[in-house]
Amino acid sequence: MAAPIGQPRVRLPSNAKAGDIIEIRTLISHPMETGQRRDSSGNLVPRDIIKTFIATFDGQEVFRMDLHPAISANPYIAFAFKAEKSGTFEFTWINDAGTRATSRSELKVG
Amino acid sequence: MDGKVALSRRTALFGTAGAVIAITLSPKPASASLQPATEAAIKKLIGEKTLTEGRITLRLPPIAENGNTIPLTVAVESPMTAADHVKAVHVFADRNPTPDVASFTLTPAMGRAEVSTRIRLGQTQDVVAVAEMSDGSLFVGRQEVKVTIGGCGG
Repeated sequence: MAAPIGQPRVRLPSNAKAGDIIEIRTLISHPMETGQRRDSSGNLVPRDIIKTFIATFDGQEVFRMDLHPAISANPYIAFAFKAEKSGTFEFTWINDAGTRATSRSELKVG
Repeated sequence: MDGKVALSRRTALFGTAGAVIAITLSPKPASASLQPATEAAIKKLIGEKTLTEGRITLRLPPIAENGNTIPLTVAVESPMTAADHVKAVHVFADRNPTPDVASFTLTPAMGRAEVSTRIRLGQTQDVVAVAEMSDGSLFVGRQEVKVTIGGCGG
């Protein structure tokens, strides 16, 4: 059974000047079970990871990450973004089972 | 605060100088042989292509007490314009049970080719990054991390 995907947390500056390069930092709670760990009775715990992260800005994909079991539990993902205009980010995390978690953030440029 | 900034800048300068010396003098350059599993993982993603050393900065702690969560930043020198940008960055851990760590798909909208995450390393090893540029060229960089307690659940 897949572990629940926790509440996503996203941090980015609410205001930016046009041309600024900002950093977007995201965190989501998830065990990122590698599939190599054994439980107390010696059975392999099945793999269960967040395997895809997608960031879009006004519907346009701007960044994507494919994750493997070597990414730590509660994946932290940060990336640069060049602020040109105000708009809406949508961030999506997808686990092995295809379940999604999404989060939206506004960026104001002016 | 000022002192701290100055110090970190100096450290960065020395670090850069050290890296240059390491590339020219080290018996183990970035092209040094990788584990067969890592070679295979790289080939699977980019095919049989020539990798050029350079352009990539891997920021990792030199020593990690806990292999379960090691901060990693990969930065690639690129103007990140529509005509000239980094399309993808692939990260591998040379001596993990499976070498794949992450693949990042980048776009010019980012303005700067820089990504960060936290990774697991099972033992002391090199972390390798391969960058695919929009003109089809490929760059490689690597950085060793000494791991005190491995982080692969074993």
